[in-house]
Amino acid sequence: MRIIFIDCPQEIPCNPCQSACAAGAIQVPSLTERPRILPEKCVACGNCVAACPGQACFLIDEEYSETEATIEFPFEFLPVPEQGELREARDNEGQTVCLGRVVEVLPRNRWHGTMVVRLAVPKELVRQVRGMARTAAEAQEEGGM
Amino acid sequence: MKTYDVIVVGAGPAGLGAAIESGKAGASVLLADENDQPGGQLFKQIHKFFGSHDHYAGTRGFQIGQQLLEEAARAHVEIRLSTRVWGIFEDGTVSACTEDESFRCRGTWLILATGATENSLVFPGNTLPGVITAGAAQTMVNLRHVRPGSRAVVVGSGNVGLIVSYQLLQAGMDVAAILEAAPQVTGYAVHAGKVRRAGVPVLCSHTVLEARGERELEEVVVAQVDGQFRLIPGTEEVIQADTLCISVGLTPRWELAALCGCKMDFCGPLGGRLPLHSETLETTCPHVLVAGDLSGIEEASTALDEGRLAGVHAAAALGLLSTAESAEREREIQSRIAALRQGAFGRKRQTSKEQIWSRYHQHQGGGL
Repeated sequence: MRIIFIDCPQEIPCNPCQSACAAGAIQVPSLTERPRILPEKCVACGNCVAACPGQACFLIDEEYSETEATIEFPFEFLPVPEQGELREARDNEGQTVCLGRVVEVLPRNRWHGTMVVRLAVPKELVRQVRGMARTAAEAQEEGGM
Repeated sequence: MKTYDVIVVGAGPAGLGAAIESGKAGASVLLADENDQPGGQLFKQIHKFFGSHDHYAGTRGFQIGQQLLEEAARAHVEIRLSTRVWGIFEDGTVSACTEDESFRCRGTWLILATGATENSLVFPGNTLPGVITAGAAQTMVNLRHVRPGSRAVVVGSGNVGLIVSYQLLQAGMDVAAILEAAPQVTGYAVHAGKVRRAGVPVLCSHTVLEARGERELEEVVVAQVDGQFRLIPGTEEVIQADTLCISVGLTPRWELAALCGCKMDFCGPLGGRLPLHSETLETTCPHVLVAGDLSGIEEASTALDEGRLAGVHAAAALGLLSTAESAEREREIQSRIAALRQGAFGRKRQTSKEQIWSRYHQHQGGGL
């Protein structure tokens, strides 16, 4: 099951996450307050992921497979990643957390042209990941995907 | 001589907002801009804006620009581009020139929305080709689709520096580092996160010492600074780069306001010298209003709403809006602006604005 995760650490005047959420799972009571999540209302539509100007909204699936979890985040660089491609998964400080595998690339025709990528990473590391490197990792998995 | 109800100088977000609101109310409006495209910096902004739905949040800047141009057309605003306003005279006439002609016109109300200029830094080599400002970098990659180089160093970790770094990456350049003299990132953490995830280090307590190169920029010498911004000897490092992008703040473009005779003021947190003004953007000159970065450096969303407020003020003064209508519009716009001046990042701007408004009222009341 995919669930919403928001990493919005500062009180900045912003609430598109709330406007994007038709399910009412995100509340920003006043414009500079940090968003509050009502996880039970989240339908995992992913609209907040693409809508957030700060790229601070994510969808996490902790039960993707036995060993892997996935995280979805906006990705605004070309070339468009290929499914199955390996990329360095990065945290918010820019440190590489692990290698991740691109499992889905959502097209850019929604939310003002924002592409969203779903990356599979080892389950125990998914909460650290916030994005991925701009280019494919050099080490490719044997035999492809 | 052609006469307008309102002449707006500067077609950025503030000028567009002012022209739209006064035009919508029925005023005849001339909107003049020295650039060959309207929108000010809006069309260079390919990222999504912050704010709320009412501030166009979540929409990319250039798309906001397109919406505003459509609004301006519906409001019958006459837009004259490549038109530089160079004179404002005591009889209320305005002189402007294009490449081919110089002309005068008269406006009952004048709204100055001249924006800002980018600050520079002084260091050896800062005139080398390849040393550019953040705005120049945005013009090149986002408007002209030309990369200024292949590997950049960016000076300044404010929102502009962070956003420009991200946009250089999007254009296919590498960003070797972002230098910040302060001990911490000064822009939003979420903007810093975006560039860091993409592999760009933000070097805090660092400054640029020198730009070097034979005929053009080849390397940048950087060094660490202490808490008082003093250089720490022995910390010099050399970074290979063909582009050095300076993003160290903006200064209001106050020349026309000063030319009008507007009483000037100084406010560091809002960018320095600026015309004294009220909550509704009146200056000490009758019939002259200001809006946007000229009245204090803030963001495009704030500038747009300040412009709208000035436009409503002018329309009401022209008798095109009833007192009740204009009060309702002003209240609505002011609450949107106030929302953007909340929180840790906005509070200082709110306080600074209040000081300027209070000094304006002292000046007007005191009859100095």
